[in-house]
Amino acid sequence: MSKKIRSAAPKAATDSTAEISLTINGEAITREVSTRRLLSDFLRHELGLTGTHVGCEHGVCGCCTVIIDGWAGRSCLTLAVQADGADIRTVESLAADDGTLHAVQQAFHECHALQCGFCTPGFLMSLVNYFERTPSPDLSEDGIRSVLAGNLCRCTGYQNIVAAVRRAAELLNVEGAKS
Amino acid sequence: MKPPQFEYQRALTIEEAIAARAANDNTAILAGGQSLLPTLNFRLGAPDSLIDISRIPSLSQIEITDSEVKIGAMVRQRQVEIHDEINQANPLLRETLAHVAHLVIRNRGTVVGSLAHADAAAELPSVLLTCDGRVEVVGPNGARSIAADEFFRFHLTTALKPDELVTAACFPVLAPGTGWAFGEIARRRGDYAIAGVCVVLSVDSNGNCTSASLGACGIGSRPIRLHGAEKILVGSRLDEDAIAAAGDAAREAVETPDDTQASQAYRQQVLATLVRRNVVRAAARAGAPA
Repeated sequence: MSKKIRSAAPKAATDSTAEISLTINGEAITREVSTRRLLSDFLRHELGLTGTHVGCEHGVCGCCTVIIDGWAGRSCLTLAVQADGADIRTVESLAADDGTLHAVQQAFHECHALQCGFCTPGFLMSLVNYFERTPSPDLSEDGIRSVLAGNLCRCTGYQNIVAAVRRAAELLNVEGAKS
Repeated sequence: MKPPQFEYQRALTIEEAIAARAANDNTAILAGGQSLLPTLNFRLGAPDSLIDISRIPSLSQIEITDSEVKIGAMVRQRQVEIHDEINQANPLLRETLAHVAHLVIRNRGTVVGSLAHADAAAELPSVLLTCDGRVEVVGPNGARSIAADEFFRFHLTTALKPDELVTAACFPVLAPGTGWAFGEIARRRGDYAIAGVCVVLSVDSNGNCTSASLGACGIGSRPIRLHGAEKILVGSRLDEDAIAAAGDAAREAVETPDDTQASQAYRQQVLATLVRRNVVRAAARAGAPA
Protein backbone atom coordinates (compact mmCIF):
# COMPACT_ATOMS: atom_id res chain seq x y z
CA MET A 1 0.00 0.00 0.00
CA SER A 2 1.21 3.50 -0.78
CA LYS A 3 2.58 5.30 2.24
CA LYS A 4 0.81 8.42 1.01
CA ILE A 5 -2.64 7.09 1.88
CA ARG A 6 -3.71 8.18 5.34
CA SER A 7 -5.33 5.91 7.87
CA ALA A 8 -9.05 6.28 8.47
CA ALA A 9 -10.14 9.36 10.34
CA PRO A 10 -11.08 8.71 13.96
CA LYS A 11 -14.83 8.30 14.51
CA ALA A 12 -14.84 10.49 17.59
CA ALA A 13 -12.59 13.14 19.04
CA THR A 14 -10.25 12.02 21.80
CA ASP A 15 -10.72 15.31 23.63
CA SER A 16 -11.63 15.26 27.28
CA THR A 17 -15.12 16.60 27.87
CA ALA A 18 -17.09 18.22 30.68
CA GLU A 19 -20.73 18.98 31.35
CA ILE A 20 -21.57 22.66 31.68
CA SER A 21 -24.77 24.45 32.67
CA LEU A 22 -25.16 28.11 31.92
CA THR A 23 -27.69 30.77 31.08
CA ILE A 24 -27.57 32.24 27.59
CA ASN A 25 -29.76 35.23 26.80
CA GLY A 26 -32.01 34.22 29.67
CA GLU A 27 -32.32 30.58 28.66
CA ALA A 28 -30.82 27.85 30.88
CA ILE A 29 -28.94 25.15 28.99
CA THR A 30 -26.80 22.12 29.84
CA ARG A 31 -24.35 20.62 27.34
CA GLU A 32 -21.41 18.25 27.18
CA VAL A 33 -18.46 20.13 25.67
CA SER A 34 -14.89 19.42 24.76
CA THR A 35 -12.72 21.09 27.42
CA ARG A 36 -10.80 22.93 24.73
CA ARG A 37 -13.94 24.28 23.05
CA LEU A 38 -13.78 28.07 22.90
CA LEU A 39 -16.87 29.89 24.13
CA SER A 40 -17.10 31.62 20.73
CA ASP A 41 -17.22 28.26 18.90
CA PHE A 42 -19.62 26.84 21.48
CA LEU A 43 -22.06 29.70 20.87
CA ARG A 44 -21.80 29.45 17.10
CA HIS A 45 -21.36 25.78 16.32
CA GLU A 46 -23.22 24.10 19.15
CA LEU A 47 -25.97 26.62 19.92
CA GLY A 48 -26.38 28.17 16.49
CA LEU A 49 -25.99 31.70 17.89
CA THR A 50 -24.04 32.96 14.91
CA GLY A 51 -24.46 36.63 15.78
CA THR A 52 -21.20 36.38 17.72
CA HIS A 53 -18.50 36.61 15.08
CA VAL A 54 -15.01 35.17 15.08
CA GLY A 55 -12.19 37.20 13.58
CA CYS A 56 -8.67 36.97 14.93
CA GLU A 57 -9.09 34.38 17.70
CA HIS A 58 -6.45 36.02 19.86
CA GLY A 59 -8.31 38.89 21.44
CA VAL A 60 -7.26 41.71 19.13
CA CYS A 61 -10.21 42.34 16.81
CA GLY A 62 -13.05 42.30 19.34
CA CYS A 63 -15.81 40.93 17.10
CA CYS A 64 -16.44 37.93 19.40
CA THR A 65 -17.21 40.16 22.40
CA VAL A 66 -20.09 38.95 24.60
CA ILE A 67 -21.18 39.86 28.13
CA ILE A 68 -20.11 37.30 30.74
CA ASP A 69 -21.62 37.69 34.23
CA GLY A 70 -22.19 41.37 33.60
CA TRP A 71 -18.77 42.19 32.14
CA ALA A 72 -17.93 42.31 28.44
CA GLY A 73 -15.30 39.75 27.50
CA ARG A 74 -13.74 38.04 24.52
CA SER A 75 -15.50 34.74 23.87
CA CYS A 76 -12.47 33.59 21.85
CA LEU A 77 -10.28 33.99 24.94
CA THR A 78 -12.70 32.11 27.17
CA LEU A 79 -13.19 28.37 27.25
CA ALA A 80 -16.75 27.10 27.30
CA VAL A 81 -15.91 25.18 30.50
CA GLN A 82 -14.92 28.45 32.18
CA ALA A 83 -18.44 29.71 31.51
CA ASP A 84 -20.00 26.88 33.54
CA GLY A 85 -22.57 28.56 35.80
CA ALA A 86 -22.20 31.90 34.04
CA ASP A 87 -24.83 34.25 32.67
CA ILE A 88 -23.97 35.07 29.05
CA ARG A 89 -25.52 37.71 26.83
CA THR A 90 -24.90 37.82 23.09
CA VAL A 91 -25.92 40.27 20.38
CA GLU A 92 -29.09 38.20 19.85
CA SER A 93 -30.34 39.47 23.22
CA LEU A 94 -30.22 43.17 22.37
CA ALA A 95 -33.33 43.83 20.28
CA ALA A 96 -36.75 43.36 21.86
CA ASP A 97 -38.95 40.45 20.76
CA ASP A 98 -41.02 42.81 18.60
CA GLY A 99 -37.88 43.87 16.74
CA THR A 100 -37.39 47.21 18.52
CA LEU A 101 -33.68 47.90 18.43
CA HIS A 102 -31.56 48.51 21.51
CA ALA A 103 -30.51 52.17 21.79
CA VAL A 104 -26.95 51.34 20.73
CA GLN A 105 -28.23 49.37 17.71
CA GLN A 106 -30.59 52.24 16.84
CA ALA A 107 -27.69 54.70 17.03
CA PHE A 108 -25.55 52.52 14.72
CA HIS A 109 -28.48 52.36 12.30
CA GLU A 110 -29.11 56.11 12.32
CA CYS A 111 -25.44 57.09 12.02
CA HIS A 112 -24.60 54.45 9.39
CA ALA A 113 -21.91 53.12 11.73
CA LEU A 114 -21.42 49.92 9.74
CA GLN A 115 -20.79 48.81 6.21
CA CYS A 116 -20.22 45.07 5.97
CA GLY A 117 -21.34 44.52 9.56
CA PHE A 118 -18.85 41.80 10.44
CA CYS A 119 -17.37 43.70 13.38
CA THR A 120 -20.68 45.19 14.51
CA PRO A 121 -21.80 42.59 17.10
CA GLY A 122 -18.54 43.10 18.97
CA PHE A 123 -18.84 46.89 18.90
CA LEU A 124 -22.43 46.64 20.11
CA MET A 125 -21.67 44.31 23.02
CA SER A 126 -18.60 46.32 24.11
CA LEU A 127 -20.57 49.57 24.00
CA VAL A 128 -23.74 48.22 25.62
CA ASN A 129 -21.63 46.99 28.54
CA TYR A 130 -19.61 50.22 28.65
CA PHE A 131 -22.80 52.26 29.05
CA GLU A 132 -24.13 49.78 31.64
CA ARG A 133 -20.94 49.92 33.66
CA THR A 134 -19.98 53.57 33.37
CA PRO A 135 -22.21 56.07 35.19
CA SER A 136 -20.57 59.09 33.54
CA PRO A 137 -18.99 57.97 30.28
CA ASP A 138 -16.27 60.12 28.72
CA LEU A 139 -17.88 61.41 25.52
CA SER A 140 -14.89 63.41 24.33
CA GLU A 141 -13.40 62.33 20.99
CA ASP A 142 -10.41 60.88 22.83
CA GLY A 143 -12.55 59.14 25.44
CA ILE A 144 -14.77 57.50 22.83
CA ARG A 145 -11.81 56.38 20.72
CA SER A 146 -10.19 54.89 23.80
CA VAL A 147 -13.28 52.73 24.39
CA LEU A 148 -13.50 51.80 20.71
CA ALA A 149 -9.80 50.86 20.55
CA GLY A 150 -10.62 47.28 21.54
CA ASN A 151 -12.71 46.70 18.41
CA LEU A 152 -11.41 46.80 14.85
CA CYS A 153 -13.48 47.85 11.81
CA ARG A 154 -11.95 47.54 8.36
CA CYS A 155 -14.70 49.42 6.48
CA THR A 156 -15.91 52.64 7.99
CA GLY A 157 -12.88 54.44 9.35
CA TYR A 158 -14.58 54.92 12.73
CA GLN A 159 -15.99 58.43 12.13
CA ASN A 160 -19.56 57.20 12.02
CA ILE A 161 -18.97 54.80 14.90
CA VAL A 162 -17.79 57.69 17.08
CA ALA A 163 -20.92 59.60 16.06
CA ALA A 164 -23.04 56.55 16.93
CA VAL A 165 -21.56 56.41 20.43
CA ARG A 166 -22.62 60.02 20.98
CA ARG A 167 -26.07 59.30 19.54
CA ALA A 168 -26.42 56.22 21.74
CA ALA A 169 -25.59 58.35 24.79
CA GLU A 170 -28.42 60.70 23.78
CA LEU A 171 -30.87 57.85 23.31
CA LEU A 172 -29.86 56.40 26.67
CA ASN A 173 -30.28 59.85 28.31
CA VAL A 174 -26.69 59.82 29.54
CA GLU A 175 -25.94 63.00 31.45
CA GLY A 176 -23.77 65.35 29.41
CA ALA A 177 -24.85 63.93 26.03
CA LYS A 178 -26.03 66.67 23.65
CA SER A 179 -29.66 66.50 22.68
CA MET B 1 -6.14 28.97 15.89
CA LYS B 2 -7.73 26.46 18.26
CA PRO B 3 -6.16 25.27 21.50
CA PRO B 4 -4.41 21.89 21.53
CA GLN B 5 -5.82 19.09 23.67
CA PHE B 6 -5.39 19.35 27.41
CA GLU B 7 -6.94 18.04 30.59
CA TYR B 8 -9.03 20.61 32.43
CA GLN B 9 -8.88 20.58 36.22
CA ARG B 10 -10.95 22.87 38.38
CA ALA B 11 -9.33 23.58 41.75
CA LEU B 12 -11.67 24.64 44.53
CA THR B 13 -8.93 25.29 47.09
CA ILE B 14 -5.30 26.39 46.93
CA GLU B 15 -4.32 22.93 48.23
CA GLU B 16 -6.10 21.27 45.30
CA ALA B 17 -4.35 23.57 42.86
CA ILE B 18 -0.94 22.80 44.36
CA ALA B 19 -1.65 19.06 44.35
CA ALA B 20 -2.54 19.26 40.65
CA ARG B 21 0.62 21.30 39.99
CA ALA B 22 2.78 18.81 41.85
CA ALA B 23 1.27 15.81 40.04
CA ASN B 24 2.54 16.89 36.61
CA ASP B 25 5.43 19.17 35.68
CA ASN B 26 3.70 20.49 32.54
CA THR B 27 0.63 22.30 33.84
CA ALA B 28 -0.56 25.87 33.34
CA ILE B 29 -2.62 28.01 35.68
CA LEU B 30 -5.84 29.34 34.13
CA ALA B 31 -7.05 32.54 35.85
CA GLY B 32 -8.41 35.23 33.52
CA GLY B 33 -6.95 33.48 30.48
CA GLN B 34 -6.21 36.67 28.57
CA SER B 35 -2.55 35.74 28.03
CA LEU B 36 -2.87 31.95 28.28
CA LEU B 37 -5.68 31.53 25.72
CA PRO B 38 -3.86 33.41 22.93
CA THR B 39 -0.78 31.33 23.71
CA LEU B 40 -2.85 28.14 23.37
CA ASN B 41 -4.78 29.35 20.31
CA PHE B 42 -1.47 30.04 18.57
CA ARG B 43 -0.17 26.71 19.89
CA LEU B 44 2.85 28.40 21.37
CA GLY B 45 2.25 26.32 24.49
CA ALA B 46 0.99 22.78 24.98
CA PRO B 47 0.41 22.10 28.68
CA ASP B 48 -0.83 18.62 29.62
CA SER B 49 -3.33 20.17 31.94
CA LEU B 50 -4.93 23.53 32.75
CA ILE B 51 -5.70 24.21 36.39
CA ASP B 52 -8.61 26.64 36.67
CA ILE B 53 -8.23 28.67 39.87
CA SER B 54 -11.17 31.00 39.26
CA ARG B 55 -13.42 29.24 41.78
CA ILE B 56 -11.03 29.53 44.75
CA PRO B 57 -12.78 32.23 46.81
CA SER B 58 -9.73 33.41 48.79
CA LEU B 59 -7.94 34.44 45.58
CA SER B 60 -10.49 37.17 44.83
CA GLN B 61 -9.54 39.26 47.85
CA ILE B 62 -8.09 42.74 47.92
CA GLU B 63 -6.37 43.83 51.15
CA ILE B 64 -5.05 47.30 51.79
CA THR B 65 -2.78 47.80 54.82
CA ASP B 66 -0.66 50.79 55.85
CA SER B 67 2.23 49.46 53.81
CA GLU B 68 0.85 47.32 50.98
CA VAL B 69 -1.91 46.78 48.48
CA LYS B 70 -2.35 43.02 48.27
CA ILE B 71 -4.17 41.82 45.16
CA GLY B 72 -5.33 38.20 45.02
CA ALA B 73 -4.65 36.06 41.96
CA MET B 74 -8.26 36.19 40.70
CA VAL B 75 -8.74 39.96 40.99
CA ARG B 76 -9.45 41.31 37.52
CA GLN B 77 -7.45 44.23 36.16
CA ARG B 78 -10.56 46.32 35.65
CA GLN B 79 -11.56 45.81 39.31
CA VAL B 80 -8.23 47.26 40.39
CA GLU B 81 -8.48 50.09 37.87
CA ILE B 82 -11.83 51.34 39.21
CA HIS B 83 -11.06 50.68 42.92
CA ASP B 84 -10.84 54.10 44.60
CA GLU B 85 -9.09 52.90 47.78
CA ILE B 86 -6.38 51.19 45.74
CA ASN B 87 -6.01 54.38 43.76
CA GLN B 88 -5.45 56.34 46.95
CA ALA B 89 -2.89 53.84 48.24
CA ASN B 90 -0.94 53.41 45.00
CA PRO B 91 -2.19 55.57 42.11
CA LEU B 92 0.33 54.03 39.71
CA LEU B 93 -1.96 51.05 39.21
CA ARG B 94 -4.86 53.01 37.72
CA GLU B 95 -2.57 55.12 35.56
CA THR B 96 -0.76 52.04 34.27
CA LEU B 97 -3.81 49.84 33.74
CA ALA B 98 -5.24 52.37 31.29
CA HIS B 99 -2.41 51.24 28.99
CA VAL B 100 -2.86 47.49 29.51
CA ALA B 101 -4.51 45.94 26.44
CA HIS B 102 -8.15 47.06 26.02
CA LEU B 103 -10.97 47.65 28.46
CA VAL B 104 -12.75 44.42 27.49
CA ILE B 105 -9.52 42.44 28.00
CA ARG B 106 -9.01 44.09 31.40
CA ASN B 107 -12.52 42.99 32.40
CA ARG B 108 -11.28 39.39 32.41
CA GLY B 109 -7.49 39.60 32.69
CA THR B 110 -5.97 39.49 36.18
CA VAL B 111 -3.16 41.59 37.63
CA VAL B 112 -1.36 38.51 38.97
CA GLY B 113 -1.83 36.70 35.65
CA SER B 114 -0.01 39.48 33.83
CA LEU B 115 2.84 39.32 36.36
CA ALA B 116 3.08 35.52 36.20
CA HIS B 117 2.97 35.53 32.39
CA ALA B 118 5.92 37.95 32.58
CA ASP B 119 5.93 39.33 29.06
CA ALA B 120 8.94 41.63 29.01
CA ALA B 121 6.88 44.26 27.19
CA ALA B 122 3.99 44.14 29.69
CA GLU B 123 3.37 47.21 31.83
CA LEU B 124 2.46 45.74 35.24
CA PRO B 125 5.74 43.84 35.82
CA SER B 126 7.67 47.10 35.40
CA VAL B 127 5.45 48.77 38.00
CA LEU B 128 5.95 45.95 40.53
CA LEU B 129 9.70 46.18 39.92
CA THR B 130 9.87 49.98 40.20
CA CYS B 131 7.84 50.03 43.42
CA ASP B 132 9.95 47.21 44.93
CA GLY B 133 6.85 45.05 45.24
CA ARG B 134 6.66 41.31 45.68
CA VAL B 135 4.53 38.27 44.92
CA GLU B 136 3.25 35.67 47.36
CA VAL B 137 3.67 32.10 46.24
CA VAL B 138 2.42 28.77 47.60
CA GLY B 139 3.96 25.38 46.83
CA PRO B 140 3.98 21.87 48.33
CA ASN B 141 6.40 23.07 51.02
CA GLY B 142 4.34 26.08 52.04
CA ALA B 143 4.27 29.76 51.24
CA ARG B 144 7.09 32.11 50.30
CA SER B 145 7.48 35.67 49.15
CA ILE B 146 9.51 36.61 46.07
CA ALA B 147 10.73 40.18 45.50
CA ALA B 148 9.97 41.60 42.05
CA ASP B 149 13.68 41.90 41.29
CA GLU B 150 14.07 38.15 41.92
CA PHE B 151 10.81 37.12 40.28
CA PHE B 152 11.22 38.34 36.71
CA ARG B 153 14.01 36.35 35.03
CA PHE B 154 13.58 36.42 31.25
CA HIS B 155 10.92 36.56 28.50
CA LEU B 156 7.89 34.69 29.91
CA THR B 157 10.12 33.24 32.62
CA THR B 158 9.86 33.80 36.36
CA ALA B 159 11.30 32.33 39.55
CA LEU B 160 8.06 30.38 40.03
CA LYS B 161 8.59 26.61 40.21
CA PRO B 162 6.36 24.25 38.18
CA ASP B 163 4.63 23.07 41.38
CA GLU B 164 3.95 26.55 42.73
CA LEU B 165 1.11 29.05 42.40
CA VAL B 166 1.25 32.84 42.72
CA THR B 167 -1.54 33.65 45.15
CA ALA B 168 -1.17 37.43 45.36
CA ALA B 169 0.79 40.47 44.27
CA CYS B 170 1.80 43.09 46.84
CA PHE B 171 2.35 46.66 45.67
CA PRO B 172 3.79 49.02 48.31
CA VAL B 173 1.63 51.95 49.36
CA LEU B 174 3.14 55.22 48.13
CA ALA B 175 3.85 57.60 51.03
CA PRO B 176 2.13 60.99 50.95
CA GLY B 177 4.17 63.45 48.92
CA THR B 178 5.63 60.74 46.68
CA GLY B 179 5.76 61.63 42.99
CA TRP B 180 4.71 58.95 40.53
CA ALA B 181 4.04 58.47 36.84
CA PHE B 182 3.66 55.76 34.21
CA GLY B 183 3.69 56.50 30.51
CA GLU B 184 4.45 54.64 27.32
CA ILE B 185 4.67 55.08 23.58
CA ALA B 186 2.89 52.51 21.43
CA ARG B 187 1.98 52.54 17.75
CA ARG B 188 -1.68 51.83 18.50
CA ARG B 189 -3.74 52.10 21.66
CA GLY B 190 -3.73 48.80 23.51
CA ASP B 191 -0.63 47.43 21.79
CA TYR B 192 2.42 46.35 23.67
CA ALA B 193 4.49 49.51 23.84
CA ILE B 194 7.76 50.24 22.06
CA ALA B 195 8.79 51.25 25.59
CA GLY B 196 7.09 52.24 28.82
CA VAL B 197 8.57 53.97 31.87
CA CYS B 198 7.46 53.96 35.50
CA VAL B 199 8.76 56.61 37.93
CA VAL B 200 8.50 56.88 41.73
CA LEU B 201 10.41 59.72 43.41
CA SER B 202 10.43 61.98 46.45
CA VAL B 203 11.59 65.52 46.97
CA ASP B 204 12.57 67.32 50.21
CA SER B 205 11.37 70.76 51.27
CA ASN B 206 14.34 72.39 49.51
CA GLY B 207 13.36 70.82 46.20
CA ASN B 208 16.15 68.23 46.21
CA CYS B 209 15.32 64.75 45.00
CA THR B 210 15.84 62.33 47.90
CA SER B 211 14.93 59.09 46.17
CA ALA B 212 14.14 57.94 42.65
CA SER B 213 13.10 54.56 41.26
CA LEU B 214 12.71 54.16 37.52
CA GLY B 215 11.79 51.02 35.63
CA ALA B 216 10.99 50.26 32.01
CA CYS B 217 9.18 47.65 29.97
CA GLY B 218 9.68 46.70 26.33
CA ILE B 219 13.42 47.35 26.26
CA GLY B 220 14.88 43.95 27.13
CA SER B 221 14.20 40.36 28.10
CA ARG B 222 12.48 41.38 31.34
CA PRO B 223 11.40 44.59 33.07
CA ILE B 224 14.54 46.62 33.77
CA ARG B 225 15.44 49.16 36.47
CA LEU B 226 17.11 52.29 35.09
CA HIS B 227 19.82 52.61 37.75
CA GLY B 228 21.92 55.05 35.69
CA ALA B 229 19.04 57.53 35.52
CA GLU B 230 18.22 57.01 39.20
CA LYS B 231 21.79 57.91 40.29
CA ILE B 232 21.68 61.18 38.33
CA LEU B 233 18.31 62.22 39.74
CA VAL B 234 18.95 61.50 43.44
CA GLY B 235 20.50 64.59 45.03
CA SER B 236 19.66 66.78 42.03
CA ARG B 237 17.13 69.59 42.01
CA LEU B 238 15.22 67.86 39.19
CA ASP B 239 16.06 70.76 36.91
CA GLU B 240 16.02 70.54 33.14
CA ASP B 241 19.70 69.55 32.88
CA ALA B 242 19.42 66.74 35.43
CA ILE B 243 16.29 65.37 33.80
CA ALA B 244 17.86 65.47 30.33
CA ALA B 245 20.97 63.74 31.67
CA ALA B 246 18.80 61.05 33.28
CA GLY B 247 17.07 60.44 29.95
CA ASP B 248 20.42 60.09 28.19
CA ALA B 249 21.73 57.77 30.89
CA ALA B 250 18.73 55.48 30.40
CA ARG B 251 19.59 54.80 26.74
CA GLU B 252 22.22 52.17 27.54
CA ALA B 253 19.59 50.05 29.32
CA VAL B 254 17.97 49.10 25.99
CA GLU B 255 18.86 45.47 25.26
CA THR B 256 16.27 44.76 22.56
CA PRO B 257 17.92 44.62 19.13
CA ASP B 258 16.31 46.12 16.03
CA ASP B 259 12.92 44.46 15.50
CA THR B 260 9.87 44.92 13.30
CA GLN B 261 8.46 47.63 15.59
CA ALA B 262 11.52 49.79 16.07
CA SER B 263 15.27 49.97 15.61
CA GLN B 264 17.38 49.87 18.74
CA ALA B 265 18.38 53.50 18.23
CA TYR B 266 14.74 54.57 17.94
CA ARG B 267 13.83 52.60 21.05
CA GLN B 268 16.64 54.36 22.95
CA GLN B 269 15.26 57.70 21.78
CA VAL B 270 11.76 56.72 22.90
CA LEU B 271 13.07 55.58 26.29
CA ALA B 272 15.01 58.80 26.87
CA THR B 273 11.94 60.85 25.96
CA LEU B 274 9.69 58.82 28.27
CA VAL B 275 12.15 59.18 31.16
CA ARG B 276 12.14 62.96 30.72
CA ARG B 277 8.37 63.27 30.37
CA ASN B 278 7.54 60.96 33.26
CA VAL B 279 10.11 62.44 35.64
CA VAL B 280 8.64 65.89 34.96
CA ARG B 281 5.14 64.59 35.70
CA ALA B 282 6.25 62.71 38.82
CA ALA B 283 8.18 65.75 40.10
CA ALA B 284 5.11 67.95 39.70
CA ARG B 285 3.04 65.43 41.65
CA ALA B 286 5.70 65.37 44.40
CA GLY B 287 5.30 69.13 44.69
CA ALA B 288 8.75 69.98 43.31
CA PRO B 289 9.10 73.58 42.11
CA ALA B 290 8.64 73.67 38.33
